[in-house]
Amino acid sequence: MAEEVKKSRPAPDPNSAKFKLGQIAAKAYSDAMEAKKRGEKIGWCASNFPVEIPATLGLYVCYPENQAAGIAARGGGERMCNVSEGDGYSNDICAYARISLAYAKLKEAPEQDMPMPDFMLCCNNICNCMIKWYENIAKELNIPMIMIDIPFNPDYEVSDAETEYIKAQFWDAIHQLEEITGKKWTDEQFKKVMEYSGRASRAWIEATSQAKYVPSPFNGFDLLNHMAVMVTARGTAQAGDAMETLLKEYIDNHEKGVSTFRAEEKYRIMFEGIACWPWLRVTSTGLKSRGINMVTTIYADAFGFIYDDFDGMCRAYANVPNCMNLEHSRDKRVKLCRENHVEGLLVHTNRSCKLWSGFMPEMSRQIGEACGIPVTSFDGDQADPRNFSEAQYDTRVQGLMEIMEANKGGNE
Amino acid sequence: MFTLGIDIGSTTSKAVILKDGREIVSSSIVIATVGTDGVSRAIDHVLEESGLTKEDIAGTVATGYGRQTYEGADFQVSELTCHALGVHHVCPDAGTVIDIGGQDAKVLSLNGQGRMVNFVMNDKCAAGTGRFLDVMANILKLDISQLEVEAAKAVNVVNISSTCTVFAESEVISQLAAGTDIPDLVAGICQSVATRVASLARRVGIKEQVFMSGGVARNAGVRNAMAKELGVEIQYHPMAQLMGALGASLYAFDKKK
Repeated sequence: MAEEVKKSRPAPDPNSAKFKLGQIAAKAYSDAMEAKKRGEKIGWCASNFPVEIPATLGLYVCYPENQAAGIAARGGGERMCNVSEGDGYSNDICAYARISLAYAKLKEAPEQDMPMPDFMLCCNNICNCMIKWYENIAKELNIPMIMIDIPFNPDYEVSDAETEYIKAQFWDAIHQLEEITGKKWTDEQFKKVMEYSGRASRAWIEATSQAKYVPSPFNGFDLLNHMAVMVTARGTAQAGDAMETLLKEYIDNHEKGVSTFRAEEKYRIMFEGIACWPWLRVTSTGLKSRGINMVTTIYADAFGFIYDDFDGMCRAYANVPNCMNLEHSRDKRVKLCRENHVEGLLVHTNRSCKLWSGFMPEMSRQIGEACGIPVTSFDGDQADPRNFSEAQYDTRVQGLMEIMEANKGGNE
Repeated sequence: MFTLGIDIGSTTSKAVILKDGREIVSSSIVIATVGTDGVSRAIDHVLEESGLTKEDIAGTVATGYGRQTYEGADFQVSELTCHALGVHHVCPDAGTVIDIGGQDAKVLSLNGQGRMVNFVMNDKCAAGTGRFLDVMANILKLDISQLEVEAAKAVNVVNISSTCTVFAESEVISQLAAGTDIPDLVAGICQSVATRVASLARRVGIKEQVFMSGGVARNAGVRNAMAKELGVEIQYHPMAQLMGALGASLYAFDKKK
């Protein structure tokens, strides 16, 4: 019997964006671990909390949402959800919250460890479930929680009054953190962080906009991984460098006529909603096997924070996808669909996220109408694997593809 | 030219042989599906009835939830497209297709040429599907085919308020315990399915004519409730359950002609 020869993977190119971005994401956890060992105070931070604040103060923070996504993608979601459900948390609440609450109790997860927190940084511009989730952890661990209230904006633009309301809270948060950690805020350091964040954001937005080319120089599922750096490290010089490398690679890909989408790109769709992390391979393969490239997502826009001063930063955080009104949210997506030549919309009805999924039937109807594209949705969850059916997903994706095919005149 | 369409659904396997994309030569419905001999029995039946052999079939298309598991097909096509094609064949003026199968409900919007331009499907919940009716018929100790007859006798239709199949089951048991008449209960169950699916239909938009396909369409109780709920006449064909297989056969003809 012939011995199986395992091919070893070629060593990753240390100058590639993928390598750099992977290193930054991993280093964010290891740096925080080391800082904890040195006795520094560590925070757990919401993904849309103004990262510039802890970054300017030189604090190490970890992101429970990012950790929960990692745990779910590596198969630990159900185990962790069972732990928190056993403690009495309803399976109707966000699975990121359930995983995080379980981690706060167990203090370990083989899929992704992170240091235990000394303070919690919460911002409800992403959701309100997060307030109770963070409050419970703060209570259980007897640590302080800093809460920034950025309410859902029913108006199209961010008003001056809202900006003032947020600004006062940002300064309050800064002063509380100075007191908790002993670190000091300086305007010079803030300016530097703002520049880093702006540099990373500009490169990220520009890189994701390369999907304007047909075929796209990248597989949109790449964005779901790369955005981790925009969540966790956008206020660092390394993030700017890695994002500029990513942009250069996508431009090069276009010029050479190649793509990270490893199939013939027959159809182009927008994917709406958080990734279905426990079923990432299934959802990705269901598209790729049919030549469907997910060329854009609201994430392409969501984590690009560009502003020039402190007030601008306050406005930017009031203008994130989950706290803007339906019309504004729709217009952003319609713009992405048009600029990236999208032919269909696939909506993840994420059972974890009532806020995001709640207005999606109406928003997706309006997007479909405005862009003249077919829309379909599937049930799933960002981290709880029990809320997804592969067969249902497959039928919906195939139905969407058949309409796109017919729209091209392939099966009139 | 003969083409074969096979619809491997969640509860039944259906097959249709079509001659020259027009004439239905033979059809079969077998109550058995993936993982059983249901598919081969359905195919054997249509071949035998038509006097054809596998070699006489110019093209085969598989559809339904089990479409990927059938290796003998030239193409696998979603049941969405197949139902649209099948319905357009028997009802060329159909603008909306409501297909309620064993485990899902779909509403398709067709353009003037009978091409599907959009669709919505139920979420992961079994409410509003054939499975819901199966469970309820089982509690009432009725055969599924008796539901239609019982619903027609209703005097005071009972409101089944629970969406969830499991909760609705408890509700029906409570009604039975309270001595509610079976026909009133059955009509309430049919109404419950219609209400649930009508909300899906409104989401995609109602364009007349509205045609009901799938196994549940055979139940006049649900058809009548749907007509009342949507305020439109519901078109129906005795072969409603075979629309997916018919569409698959039409698709095969289109590809092979």
